[in-house]
Amino acid sequence: MRTSTTTATTATTTSSAPILLLITVLVSVFMLAPMLLSIMAGLVNNYSVGLKSGLTLRWLLEVWEVYGNTVGWSLALAVACVIGTLLLGVPCAYALARSRSRSARAFEELLTLPVAVPGLATGLALILAYGQFSAFRQSYAFILVGHIVFTLPYMVRSVAAAFQRDDLHALEEAARTLGASFGQRFLGVLVPAVFPAIVAGSLMVFTLSVGEFNLTWMLQTPLTRTLPVGLADSYASMRLEVGSAYTLVFFIIILPVLWGLQSLARLVQKHHGT
Amino acid sequence: MPDWYKNIMELERIAVDIDNCSKTYADGTRGLQPTTLHVEPGEVLALLGPSGCGKTTLLRLIAGLESPDEGSRISFGEQDVTRRPVEQRGVGMVFQSYALFPQMTVAANIGYGLRIRGVDKAEERRIVGELVDLTRLGGLEKKRPGELSGGQRQRVALARAVAVRPRVLLLDEPLAALDAKLKESLRDELAELLRRLGITAIHVTHDQQEALAIADRLAVMRGGCIVQVGRGEDLYRTPQHPFVAEFLGRVNRLERLPACIAQGVLHLGGARVACPPAWQSHASFFIRPEDIQIGVHQDGWGQAKVMRRTFLGDRIQLVLHTQEQALLTADVGRDAAFAPGQSVGIRINPERLMTSQELIA
Repeated sequence: MRTSTTTATTATTTSSAPILLLITVLVSVFMLAPMLLSIMAGLVNNYSVGLKSGLTLRWLLEVWEVYGNTVGWSLALAVACVIGTLLLGVPCAYALARSRSRSARAFEELLTLPVAVPGLATGLALILAYGQFSAFRQSYAFILVGHIVFTLPYMVRSVAAAFQRDDLHALEEAARTLGASFGQRFLGVLVPAVFPAIVAGSLMVFTLSVGEFNLTWMLQTPLTRTLPVGLADSYASMRLEVGSAYTLVFFIIILPVLWGLQSLARLVQKHHGT
Repeated sequence: MPDWYKNIMELERIAVDIDNCSKTYADGTRGLQPTTLHVEPGEVLALLGPSGCGKTTLLRLIAGLESPDEGSRISFGEQDVTRRPVEQRGVGMVFQSYALFPQMTVAANIGYGLRIRGVDKAEERRIVGELVDLTRLGGLEKKRPGELSGGQRQRVALARAVAVRPRVLLLDEPLAALDAKLKESLRDELAELLRRLGITAIHVTHDQQEALAIADRLAVMRGGCIVQVGRGEDLYRTPQHPFVAEFLGRVNRLERLPACIAQGVLHLGGARVACPPAWQSHASFFIRPEDIQIGVHQDGWGQAKVMRRTFLGDRIQLVLHTQEQALLTADVGRDAAFAPGQSVGIRINPERLMTSQELIA
């Protein structure tokens, strides 16, 4: 029985394989070519001449000199954004999950609005409302607020779904019968029980914050720039080679961080006792 | 905390009084009609009934997980706990899903309530160890609930609930999540454990076998009301309400024509059975399948025809046709040789008849 199934599968795979393989290769090449060209452009002396002009690290060094600080700020902002969405989002998710009122549902809809509304509009609204507080306006805190507004719904949705599970209800009641106060059961029982959802939400928020451009572009000042904004700036104002080298910097620094966080998240989910 | 834990087996025994307790939900549905119930100190009382009968609502009111309507009163011993939040009621509860904390080990689950109360580490370890022994969980202390079998989870849930020395132990369908075979062995084990703890316990179930095996007394519920309270055996033998008779076991209904009522008898397969004097006027009676005697036709016995014979392992179930009654079900020993189509003698001891009328309001 088993053998015949295997044979059948193999037969189907072989007959359709050439076409599938061709499509896969074509799509991959189409998608990888811009990336590879971009990386190459950042490493050659003259893009219009190509590889013949020789390889160099000078564009990379130039980028690091001018925009190096944006990398640190971007990562710091993303971490702060995760912390902010955790502090605001997890209690909010709990409240939304436990409330059955119509206003709670309306609030949930309102919360997701910044995802649908273009970031430019959100940015403009923030500037209109708080732009006159110049110390705030000129600090990274202003960008942080924007990022939190934009990423909060992702955290809340992910965690609220976990809080809504029936077994969480029973866990909470069990903790209550054992005498646990709200704080004790929230931190000691509920948060650990939804921990995988919190980790997933945090990862999402971190990733979105690092790559966020259009909201940040409205909120930035020359002294408060993030990596994507710096990228746009370099594309607009400098040589093509410098812009491409900047892309390379993004790949080299951000991707390992994201991969590291992702495997950490998987590890947490695997070892969580549910 | 001196004396807090001399011995886990010396739990406080208090009475529970439910006085005129009712529950109306926000949408206006009545979960529980005004109910009064007394539970003796150290007694195990089962709330038994079909789903939606209000048994879980009553349990949750006692726990403090729901608040009762105005005018209700719940007391633990001398203390009125009606307005006390669940956290301060001193109840232990075993949930149907067990609700074990998934990220904690068995030992951490059992010790949770103690840590909440600020019991010191060494004392917690001692009490948890004692409970692990009592519930035969030795060697599993470091395991997570996800790694345990259903029966083991149930015992962890029980150990966790009694670790805090509750005044009342509440069990919500504690065996419903287990398969039939396991259920039977755990049922007896749970009954034994509750006797050893000697704690006042209220046990919700829809399974009459479970209620009979575990509880000292049963409160049979229907439609948000307690129909009858009493010892299981009394309820089974002399139910005061048709619902109790039907819910606690299987019954046959025996109808009486006006002529029979006038004569004070019941007709069965051509024979006349004298009725209990107190129930002369009742239009029908119940009889349990095991109380119908089947044998060779003798003087004074009725005639019945075997329509179907079902071998059930420990007994044989016969479906019988008589000239006056609807089809009757009777249990006979597993070696009885009655075959379908055979004519047999049928007899009922009038003392085994149960009324199908409500004797209590």
